[in-house]
Amino acid sequence: MTTAMIETTRQIQYREALREAMSEEMRADKRVFLLGEEVAEYNGAYKISQGMLDEFGPKRIIDSPISENGFAGLGIAAAMHGLRPIIEFMSWSFSLVAADQILNNAPKMLYMSGGQWGCPIVFRGNDGAGGQLASTHSWCVEGLFANVPGMHMAIPSCPYDAKGLLKTAIRCNDPVFFLESERMLGDKGPVPEEEYTIPFGEAILRAEGDDCTLVSFGRPVNFCIEAMVELAKEEISCDVLDMRTIRPLDIDSIVRSVKKTGRLVVVDQSWPFASPATEVITQVCERAFDYLDHQPVRVNSDDVPTPYAKELEQAYLPHKGKIIEAVKSTLGLV
Amino acid sequence: MTTATASKGRDRKTGASAMLPDDTLLGWLRDLVLIREFEIRTMQAYSNAQIGGFCHVYNGQEAVVVGTFAATIKDDPIITAYRDHGHALARGMDPKACMAEMFGKTTGCAKGKGGSMHMFDRPNNLFGGHGIVSAQTPLGAGLAFATKYENEVLGEGEKRISLCFLGDGALNQGALHEAMNLAGIFSLPVIYIVENNGYSMGTAIHRGTTMSDKLEAKAAAYGIESLTIEDGMDVCAIYDKFKPFADACRRDQKPGFVDLKTYRYQGHSMSDPQKYRSKDEVGSYQELDPILTLKGQLIEDRGCLTEEDFKAMQKEVRAIVREAVKFAENSPSPDPRTELYSDVFTDPLPNSSPSGPYTHGEANHLTRGDA
Ligand SMILES: Cc1ncc(C[n+]2csc(CCOP(=O)(O)OP(=O)(O)O)c2C)c(N)n1
Ligand SMILES: [Mg+2]
Repeated sequence: MTTAMIETTRQIQYREALREAMSEEMRADKRVFLLGEEVAEYNGAYKISQGMLDEFGPKRIIDSPISENGFAGLGIAAAMHGLRPIIEFMSWSFSLVAADQILNNAPKMLYMSGGQWGCPIVFRGNDGAGGQLASTHSWCVEGLFANVPGMHMAIPSCPYDAKGLLKTAIRCNDPVFFLESERMLGDKGPVPEEEYTIPFGEAILRAEGDDCTLVSFGRPVNFCIEAMVELAKEEISCDVLDMRTIRPLDIDSIVRSVKKTGRLVVVDQSWPFASPATEVITQVCERAFDYLDHQPVRVNSDDVPTPYAKELEQAYLPHKGKIIEAVKSTLGLV
Repeated sequence: MTTATASKGRDRKTGASAMLPDDTLLGWLRDLVLIREFEIRTMQAYSNAQIGGFCHVYNGQEAVVVGTFAATIKDDPIITAYRDHGHALARGMDPKACMAEMFGKTTGCAKGKGGSMHMFDRPNNLFGGHGIVSAQTPLGAGLAFATKYENEVLGEGEKRISLCFLGDGALNQGALHEAMNLAGIFSLPVIYIVENNGYSMGTAIHRGTTMSDKLEAKAAAYGIESLTIEDGMDVCAIYDKFKPFADACRRDQKPGFVDLKTYRYQGHSMSDPQKYRSKDEVGSYQELDPILTLKGQLIEDRGCLTEEDFKAMQKEVRAIVREAVKFAENSPSPDPRTELYSDVFTDPLPNSSPSGPYTHGEANHLTRGDA
């Protein structure tokens, strides 16, 4: 677990942090290329890859037709052959049509081939509700895909992490599912000029407290911090753990914190059934059951298809209010 | 009902194969015999319950791999579906590693983690047997992408082609059509070779595939050059047509599509009562048997083989295959304590799994490349 952040005055957007990570790694290693829909001439559907075509040219920044299964598979074999593909899904929602390639092939190639061919590939794109995109376009794939062994899953909550984790992902010799958030692409945060990477499987403690452990992944980490600030006004203090990666899961840091606070609230944006929150709670029960003063509580999206109407979508997603209520429930205050 | 097409009208004297030395063609014959004898033992071992799972044998289709591989260089990547034993053997996999894989032994090419449908051989650039129908077709495009990228961006390697084999049933999967469109758009040097044996399980091709008598139309839709090989039981006929086609794909670094008509003698898998076809139909193809055909050509046209030579070759190959079975039988089964959690990650990290730590797998000496 880490607590210290690098001091810097430079503020950049989450999307710029992603771009910097890719560009730096592409400068360092010619085997790295970016393939996806609209990544080149359109400059990225979300302007993440803006300007990269100019720098790296069309042989390395490659516009793909709308064929997720096809270009995901293309990337997988290119990785087996020795290249370092970054495959951009405009949204992870669209990766479902590539399920066979990304779930059956990338994470299992090494095992199925008896260790002969690994698959150093990064699949990245927007995950989670983008804002009134409704059911088909609002997938949080972590609940579904984290079930699969053989890949790492990273989920940055801020620009600093977006850059450091993506650089680690690109250098990784195993497949990485990299979950970004459309809602955070414009968020600004401190990112130093100097080179850095962030290791997988090490959570960061965003706030320190004694009453309850708040554990989260990706965008909802920010809601946890908002909730922590509100709760502090009522003299309730929380550890806020930003897990940074879902697989590997830094369960040791969670257990350490739970042993201190005795209470656990886990927030993740996928559906509750068999979700990362469920996994965290299971593992805490396996390792620190006797330390719990209250049953663990999870805050997920509601167990319904993602609705379109603003009011319904807001009610459906995890947010500060739900987290505050969950923390208070563990303290017997609601 | 399909009908056998005899190898006629081909000029044996002027085709590309006619220019090859006797030894090369004798080598082809030996490969055909090796695959046939190997599969006979495979079926035996399966009925003895020494091989488990799904198992699909290659009897009848041997000429496909021998004839097409003859047009490749070692660095050309190969990828195929689950009916893959012939591909592995023709590409040079040690028959021991192939048999041991099916027996689920540590000495198998994938250390017993893949089985019959998933033959991988890194030293020979065989990027797998793949069990999901057509899943290998986007991968085929990716292999070609990689060789082209290495050549053009990294300045490494010579011009290569990738061969991606698929069954006729795989024609109906979306994956192939995405892959062919990508291959066309990006001009990827991959050749999709349809091993058109007329059936996907019990479904005759015309019942599942439009334009089944004119499959090249599918390639035309993606701007891909194509070729039909009617006499796909004849290894020389395959080579004569395929070699110039493959050479052009290599030279121009562009994709290709081949409708290669062949036939499988056995059922789809080891449990197929074959109600969908007649014994006469099977018999009509067995008259075109690839081994008998090439053997005849070598005895009659070239005079470089006698019946005695052939018997000696069969005997030698049978000994190799018997040896492979013995090797597989005597090889150790994988130890779950070391093998269950190895090879999940190239670089295992702590806390990746709630059920146990992953470990580094050890290479298998038969497929490590130093065997
Ligand atoms: C996606 C998928 N669907 C179904 C199957 C089951 N299945 C295995 S082989 C097969 C028939 C394929 O026939 P074909 O492509 O012609 O190859 P052949 O067996 O003739 O070599 C089917 C339906 C599968 N493995 N994958
Ligand atoms: Mg078939």
